[in-house]
Amino acid sequence: MNKFNKVKNIIVKGPQKLDCGKEISNFPLAYETYGKLNQKKDNAILVFHALSGDQFASDINPITNKEGWWNFAVGPDKALDTNNFFIICANVIGGCMGSYGPSTIDPKTDKAFGTTFPVITINDMVNAQFNLLEFFGIEKLFAVIGGSMGGMQVLQFVSNFPDKAKIAIPIACAASHSAQNIAFNELGRQAIMADINWKDGLYEENKTNPDKGLAVARMAAHITYLSKKGLEDKFGRKLQEKDNLNFSFDADFQIESYLRYQGSVFVDRFDANSYLYITRAMDYFDLAKQFDGNLSKAFEKTKSKFFIISFTSDWLYPTAENRDIVIALNAIGADVGFVEIKSDKGHDSFLLDVPDFLNTLKNYLQSNYLTTNEKRI
Amino acid sequence: MKKEFKVISDLIVENSKVLDVGCGDGELIKYLLENKTVNIRGLEISKDRVQNCLSKGLTVIEGDAENDLKQFPDTSFDYVVLSQTLQAFLNPEIVINELLRVGKKAIVSIPNFGHWKVRMHLLFKGTMPVTENLPNQWYDTPNLHMCTIKDFFNYCEKKNIKIDKSLSLNKEIINEINKSNLLIKNLISDLGIFLIEK
Repeated sequence: MNKFNKVKNIIVKGPQKLDCGKEISNFPLAYETYGKLNQKKDNAILVFHALSGDQFASDINPITNKEGWWNFAVGPDKALDTNNFFIICANVIGGCMGSYGPSTIDPKTDKAFGTTFPVITINDMVNAQFNLLEFFGIEKLFAVIGGSMGGMQVLQFVSNFPDKAKIAIPIACAASHSAQNIAFNELGRQAIMADINWKDGLYEENKTNPDKGLAVARMAAHITYLSKKGLEDKFGRKLQEKDNLNFSFDADFQIESYLRYQGSVFVDRFDANSYLYITRAMDYFDLAKQFDGNLSKAFEKTKSKFFIISFTSDWLYPTAENRDIVIALNAIGADVGFVEIKSDKGHDSFLLDVPDFLNTLKNYLQSNYLTTNEKRI
Repeated sequence: MKKEFKVISDLIVENSKVLDVGCGDGELIKYLLENKTVNIRGLEISKDRVQNCLSKGLTVIEGDAENDLKQFPDTSFDYVVLSQTLQAFLNPEIVINELLRVGKKAIVSIPNFGHWKVRMHLLFKGTMPVTENLPNQWYDTPNLHMCTIKDFFNYCEKKNIKIDKSLSLNKEIINEINKSNLLIKNLISDLGIFLIEK
């Protein structure tokens, strides 16, 4: 675990009861912050990351030495402007960037938990992250923001803690995972578990690595993050560094080479068991079900102001599913804004340089922050 | 235009809950926020304009009145405002019914097609009227169902819609419209503004 020495974390005392019935206590939750918390402690934004993300939203990730996953949005003068806001981003439990997860060493056996780690849910994730508010002495967050699985955490957070965030911005997400979403996740999990090196999840003690399986899982998932038009524009049928087909199973096409590359770099930074656990948490997510099938009830006590964003070419979490959240909120008269941003970059749009999205988000946060300040004066 | 905002604002009781249907760039919302009530939302069909509104921190939903008013429960707003948009709908009747379902009251303003300039234009030029308030040509106008102040009056009567207040705007001058002055107001007004309820 040496590589996580430079990772900040809090130790959550607990005990925290998980949805699966087990209790966990004294576990690490890794986080990173950007910008400064002001004296009134009213400028904090809690950012939730997506499936393959981590706490390093911006700058250079010290573990991977790559740019943070939300570099386009987080930083000075960016949408989440660190000149004004204090950004907190935590790794989810079940993750593999220093938080309590399947690669954590089980003190009872001195070996990694592997698949003996309890199955966790989105609810468990936000309940763990809530401890960061106490740690920083923050009474109320200015905003909670996240895309994809991060958006699910936003919804669960404001449902669990209705008075703890002034603004809630779920992006490109859904209130429950659809059959199609579950199907793609299952494909990824099966790819990992079919890898002979997975060893029933005990690959660390067997000194093997299910890299092939995890890479295939990532390749399959990556396709779902892009749009058909985006793929067509970027790759089409272009060949990879050759003029003719090879009549073999090498990566003839650029898209093949691209996917293989995406798979290979992913295994360097992600743990296969974490991938199983986190996709499971997403599949189990069904906020309406937690409230007798009535999604509106999930938000009944919430005082937050909502801003929901979807993207035209996102077929993984399509606009209709985002709109369902808007409809549920309108049914109870909640304060909710909504826009579908035009982009051909698919589900990944929220991570990329999409000016309409980033500008609207930036100005929305800025003007709401100013309005609240004016009122206080 | 600002005058219309003032007329609409004067029709609204303070601290009411308001929905502005077809809110454009949110100018009326801003006006009402500053002068009347903080509890105001907008519905707008154009993505650019929705982004513009949200950028100002306003609560606006992308959607169209013919389909997306459905999501709001009965009488969930004190007032639903529809400013100079009724004529652009494929089915204005559905929209009026929805306004009166979602709002306890509705405020509807219509550009008056009965204005004498409009009538003269058609009578003497023999082409579809183009005026300051109706600047488009017949082939590129968004207006599908133009009506006159008198048409709207008759419509409300026929459908048993109660008109609480009806005002005309001619240049900057505001007048009340009643049965006795309807014919003349229908001739000289640019805009009709109606406070209606079921």
